[in-house]
Amino acid sequence: MDGKFVEVSNLKKYFHVGKRQILKAVDDVSFSIERGSTLGLVGESGCGKTTVGRHLCRIYEPDEGAIRIDGRDISHISQRQCRELAKKVQMIFQDPYASLNSFFTVGEIIGEAFTIHKMFRSVKERRDRIRELLEIVGLSAEHANRFPHEFSGGQRQRIGIARALALSPELIVCDEAISALDVSIQAQIVNMLIEFQRTMNLTYLFIAHDLSMVRHIADDTAVMYLGALVEYGATDAVYGHPAHPYTKGLLSAVPTPDPVYERSHRRIVMEGEVSDPINPEPGCRFYARCREAEKLCGEVAPPLKKIGGNHMVACHACKEKEGERST
Amino acid sequence: MRNIERSIMDRDFVRLPEAGRFAHVIVRPSVSYWEDVFRRLGTDKVALASGVVIAVISALSVLVPLFCKYDYDATDLLHINQFPNAQHWFGTDAVGRDLWARVWVGARVSLFIGVGGAIVPQLVGIFLGGVSGYFGGWIDMLIMRVIDVGVCIPSLVYVTLIMLFMGSGPTAIIIAIAMTCWMDSARVVRGRMLQFKNREFVISARTLGASSFRIIFRHILPNILGQQVVSITSAIPTAVFLEAYLSFIGLGIQSPMTSWGQLCQAGSGYYRLYPYQLFIPGAFISVTIMAFYLFGNCLRDALDPHLRD
Ligand SMILES: Nc1ncnc2c1ncn2[C@@H]1O[C@H](COP(=O)(O)OP(=O)(O)O)[C@@H](O)[C@H]1O
Ligand SMILES: [Mg+2]
Repeated sequence: MDGKFVEVSNLKKYFHVGKRQILKAVDDVSFSIERGSTLGLVGESGCGKTTVGRHLCRIYEPDEGAIRIDGRDISHISQRQCRELAKKVQMIFQDPYASLNSFFTVGEIIGEAFTIHKMFRSVKERRDRIRELLEIVGLSAEHANRFPHEFSGGQRQRIGIARALALSPELIVCDEAISALDVSIQAQIVNMLIEFQRTMNLTYLFIAHDLSMVRHIADDTAVMYLGALVEYGATDAVYGHPAHPYTKGLLSAVPTPDPVYERSHRRIVMEGEVSDPINPEPGCRFYARCREAEKLCGEVAPPLKKIGGNHMVACHACKEKEGERST
Repeated sequence: MRNIERSIMDRDFVRLPEAGRFAHVIVRPSVSYWEDVFRRLGTDKVALASGVVIAVISALSVLVPLFCKYDYDATDLLHINQFPNAQHWFGTDAVGRDLWARVWVGARVSLFIGVGGAIVPQLVGIFLGGVSGYFGGWIDMLIMRVIDVGVCIPSLVYVTLIMLFMGSGPTAIIIAIAMTCWMDSARVVRGRMLQFKNREFVISARTLGASSFRIIFRHILPNILGQQVVSITSAIPTAVFLEAYLSFIGLGIQSPMTSWGQLCQAGSGYYRLYPYQLFIPGAFISVTIMAFYLFGNCLRDALDPHLRD
C-alpha cells in the first residue's frame, strides 16, 4: 500500500437507459489523491466527472472497481457506514441556486449536519458553531436567519461551502463549484478554498469543465473524455507539455491575456461531435475528432501509459513526443 | 489637470471610519417560511376575500342547521313551491321543505364530500407516488402497473360497485372519488419526486448522511406540497361536481338527505316555474367553487418561496 488518501481503481459505472441500452458514464477510471493535495478533474460536460465525484461520497455505488478513502474500501458500504463517511467526505455543488433548499434558513442549512449527526446538541453551542462557520466563509452571524434567495450567487456558494465544512471533513469534492460564478467571484472562491486547504489540511477533488482555474488550485490534473481518463499527471506537466490531442485542444481554448501570443498562435479547434457514450465504437473514443489519428486508433483503445514522471497519456500517437521532450 | 483630479479624489472619496457597520443592513426582519406564507396571504385582498367567503359558508353550514326553526326534512304540504319570503328565506320545495334549512344541510354534505374527496385521494397519491418515485425498483414497477390497469377500468364501474357495497352516503362517495382520483396525483407526485431526488440540495442532504425519511419529509415533500395543496383546492370543486353528477344519475345523495348537487337536481325539473329552486343552490356551488379556486391560486403564490420579496 502506498498509503494515498484517496485511491480509485478501475471504477466503472454503467447506467441503464431506455430499453436494454447501456450508457458507460465511467469506464475504467483510476486515480489517487494524496492527503492535503488537490486533483483537478477536467473534461467537457457529460463526460462523467460528476458521476466520478459522487462515487467518492457514495451517492452512487460502483458497478466495478474499488474506492479507498484513508485505506478503507467504501464501494459497497451500508447506509449506516455512509453516515460515518459523511464526516470524512463532503461535496460543494455547481449550481448555487439548486444546491440550497429554499425552505431552510441559512442557519438550518448549515446546522442540518449537526441535527443528523446529533452534534452540538445545546442551542447555544449550535448557534455558536454556525456563526463560526459563517464567519469562516466570509459571511456574518446575522445571515443565519435569512433564506437563500436573499443572497447572491457568490454568497450562496459560500453558504454551500460552510455546509460542507460543518462536519470538518477531510476530503471535499468540488463539483464545478465555480463554473456558475462571475470570473471575479471565481477567484475569491478559489482563493478561499486554497486557504482552507492550508489551514484545515483538506484534500480536494476539484472538478471543472474549463482549465483556467484548475491550474491555480490543482497539484495534479486528470483530463477525462467520455468516461475515461485520457491524460493524467502533475498540473505543470499537463499544462506545460500536454500530450493528448484532446488536452491540447482544451488548452488552446483557454484565452491568455497576452495579445502577442494570442496573435501568433492558432487555436486548435476541435471539430465534430462528442461520440455517443451509449454503444461506443471500438478503438480510441476520441478517434472521430482527432487530427493526429492513425489507423490503429480506430481499432484498439489506447491504454494509459507513462511518458515520464507520473505523467500518463492514453494515446497511440504520443510515442514520439516522449523522445522529443527528452532531447 | 492632475491637481484637479487630486482635489476631487480627496474631497469626494473619504474613507468611512467604520465601513463594517454599513455592510450588513437588515432590510426587513427575517421570518420563518410559514410566517411568511401567512403574511403574504394576509396582505392579498383576493386571498382574504375568498378566505372569508369559504369561512362564512363553512361556519353557516355548521350553525344554521343547529338553530333553524325548520327541519331540513320536515315536509309541509300546505306550503309547497313557495317563493322566498319572510317565513322561508329561500322558499320551499315541491313537498314544502324549507330550502334555507336544506341549503345549509346540503352545504355540510357538499363541503364534506368536496374537501374529503380532494384530500383523501391526494394523501393516497402522495404516499404511493412518493414511495414509487423515491425508491424506484420493484415497488415502483408494482405501483405503476396497478395504475396502468386502474386507469383502464371506467370509473363508473368502481363507483357503482362501491355504492352497491357501502350504500350511498357521503363516505361512500368520498371513497369512490378517492378510488378514481388517487392515480392521477400518484403519477404527478412520482414525477415530481423523480425530478427532485436528483436535485443538488437533495444530493447534498444525502452527502451529509440524511436518512431517506428525512430527505423525503424535510427536503422533498415541502417542495412538492405547495403544488399539491393547490391541486387539493382545485380538486374541491371537481369533487363537488362529481357528487352532483352522482346525485343526478341516482347513485349519490338520496332525498330526504340532501346536498347542493341533490338540490340542483331536484330543482332542475321545474326551473322555469320555480327558478329559485335551481339557482339558489347553483349560486352556492358557483360561489364556493370560485372561492376555492381563487384561494388556491393565492395559496400557490404565497407558498412559492421564489416570489418572496
Ligand atoms: N442517474 C443517471 N442515470 C442515467 N444516466 C446518467 C445518470 N447520471 C449521469 N448520467 C449520464 O452519464 C453521463 C455523465 O454524466 P455526468 O457525470 O453528470 O457528466 P459531467 O459531470 O461530466 O457533465 C451523461 O451522459 C449523463 O447523461
Ligand atoms: Mg457535472
